[in-house]
Amino acid sequence: MSLLEVKNLHVEIDGKKILNGLDLTVEKGKVHAIMGPNGSGKSTLAYVLAGKDDYDVTEGEILFNGENVLEMEPDERAAKGIFLAFQYPIEIPGVATMTFLRTALNAQRKARGEAELSTPDFIKRVRESAAKLEINPDMLKRAVNVGFSGGEKKRAEILQMAMLEPRLAVLDETDSGLDIDALKVVADGVNRLRSPERGFVVITHYQRLLDYIVPDVVHVLSRGRIVKTGGKELALELEASGYAQYAGEAA
Amino acid sequence: MNAEIRQIKTAAEQGLADAFSSVKAKLPGAAAVAAMREKAFATFEARGLPHRRVEEWKYTDLRALMRDAKPLAQPPDAKARAQARQAGNLAGDMDRRRLVFVDGVFVPQLSDLAELEQGLSIRPMAEALAQGDPLVSAHLGKVIETDDVAVALNTAFMGDGAVIRIAAGIVVEHPLHLVFVTTGDRPVSMFARSLVVAERGSRAMLVESYEGPTGVDYQVNSALELVVGDEAHVDHVKLIGEGGDALHISSLMAAVGARARFNDFTFTAGGAAVRNQIFLRLDGEETLARISGASLLKGRQHADTTLVADHAVGRCQSRELFKSVLDGESRGVFQGKIIVRPDAQKTDAKMMTNALLLSETAEADAKPELEIFADDVVCGHGATAGALNEDLLFYLRARGIPPKEAESLLIQAFVGDAVEGIEHAGLREVLMENVAAWLAARG
Ligand SMILES: Nc1ncnc2c1ncn2[C@@H]1O[C@H](COP(=O)(O)OP(=O)(O)OP(=O)(O)O)[C@@H](O)[C@H]1O
Ligand SMILES: [Mg+2]
Repeated sequence: MSLLEVKNLHVEIDGKKILNGLDLTVEKGKVHAIMGPNGSGKSTLAYVLAGKDDYDVTEGEILFNGENVLEMEPDERAAKGIFLAFQYPIEIPGVATMTFLRTALNAQRKARGEAELSTPDFIKRVRESAAKLEINPDMLKRAVNVGFSGGEKKRAEILQMAMLEPRLAVLDETDSGLDIDALKVVADGVNRLRSPERGFVVITHYQRLLDYIVPDVVHVLSRGRIVKTGGKELALELEASGYAQYAGEAA
Repeated sequence: MNAEIRQIKTAAEQGLADAFSSVKAKLPGAAAVAAMREKAFATFEARGLPHRRVEEWKYTDLRALMRDAKPLAQPPDAKARAQARQAGNLAGDMDRRRLVFVDGVFVPQLSDLAELEQGLSIRPMAEALAQGDPLVSAHLGKVIETDDVAVALNTAFMGDGAVIRIAAGIVVEHPLHLVFVTTGDRPVSMFARSLVVAERGSRAMLVESYEGPTGVDYQVNSALELVVGDEAHVDHVKLIGEGGDALHISSLMAAVGARARFNDFTFTAGGAAVRNQIFLRLDGEETLARISGASLLKGRQHADTTLVADHAVGRCQSRELFKSVLDGESRGVFQGKIIVRPDAQKTDAKMMTNALLLSETAEADAKPELEIFADDVVCGHGATAGALNEDLLFYLRARGIPPKEAESLLIQAFVGDAVEGIEHAGLREVLMENVAAWLAARG
């Protein structure tokens, strides 16, 4: 069974069509990259997978391990193993990062019928994950994302991913805003999680990220549909020629 | 008197008038106190219970809310005292000196009066009134002169309370906790009056808490007069955890001297209808006053915080921050007025109120006002009201946090912003536990 199957997905927001019959299948163990022009619907796809309810799904289905995701609440999806690293992680004043991480982790464990993590175990895990991502422990003492730089926010997303160990991680432009060293650190963080059981959808504008996180499949998303699918060499082609040749195809 | 001729008395007004004539001879205090009571009662008689056309009470129509006057509470019997033994838990189990008032009467057996530190004196108000205590004669009714009717009623009927003096330079180690508990299953009314004088350079923390049974529509009218001397540092925290059917009115009248610090926080979670009044005057320069609070309301609860911060002299800072979390059909009211007198140059005053509406049927009313008569000042105010931020909720839920828990995290953050201003770490924690308990009860 495929990890993720998106079939003929049509999505609107306020009556405006954004996704027009999108198909995407991700197998376990695979890394898919999605590239495409601004406004083509990449973040929309990511949000719809995570369950943001501003979007109306008018047609199509999304199956995760064979289960209908569209009927699940965002927190249920997360507990089943869907993780979205946000393109723009938001600040949550007053909610301490550690409290947030622990609440999220334990909520997911509870939903899956697992025991809660003890405080010492939890702290140990955060510290280890943070150290690997070169996250300053002081950041963990602050409120979620508050006062973090753009790059720090992206790292914090990957820290959350490392803690939550999802089955499918959707990374929406996690590379944007990262300096070159941070890009490597974050890519290493992703690569450490690669496993035969886990799939990734990596949304990016830059082929550079894909030098570090080498994808199995590359898609071009344009005007709300996947218009081309290929191997990792497709990313190089796009880098050279841009999206002009795909612009008309989805119309 | 103006042209507004008083109409026929309401049942409550008539009840109060009857009660006053029958009990006034028995209330504590000699001639001077009796005269004060008469004068205060005359203020009430002339004006009646405040209603919505009285500007200061426009959101809390006491005449409509108070259908009748309840009989004055009787001194507690053994059963009432036994019921009160567990009282004061609102403040957790921190180290403190408890002064317990059951049904309006001081109960020494439940209080901690042993080993008072040097320079700290505490006595019951009823006794102080009866014996003509000089501290009471010097300050009672004089800390802030107001013609507020609720305060007038308190003065007319005042029974017991605490009279506390903290001598110059004395640091009171543990918080002084005034525990007001109403017991019994029949509705009564209680008029408590306290006076605290913190002399020059002293330091103390005062906690007031109020609690009582749910299912009984008792009435509490409590007032505290507080003098904060020059260079003194006083923290005052009030926890209103009355039973669900109670009518609670409490008034703080505080005058603060120079180079002093005064932090005030009111936490309201109980009561059917609550009116929390704060009359603050800054009398000395270079003082910092922080007046804040949080209300957590549900069902049909109504809570009104009305604040007047009077900058009588210059170079003071005041910060006012009030948060309300409103669920069900509850209503949260904040009226705040900052007055900057002509001579109060270099005043720095900021007032903010935020309401978080958890249901479509909850209501928040805010009326912030600035009355500025000096030109070289920095003053500002703001008011917001709104629902929880959907994007924040989605972020939390996308991490696996169920909706109620996600809401709770955000509500705790919202309230925490005000609670952070409390200096006593133990009390901050206790308050956040109260918030968590409120959230848990919300289901
Ligand atoms: N909440 C919204 N309200 C109105 N329009 C929206 C909303 N969200 C997305 N859109 C529109 O949907 C289209 C797709 O947006 P989306 O964010 O999915 O693009 P994207 O491919 O992620 O772009 P980028 O590369 O710039 O991140 C855009 O035209 C955008 O303006
Ligand atoms: Mg995007």
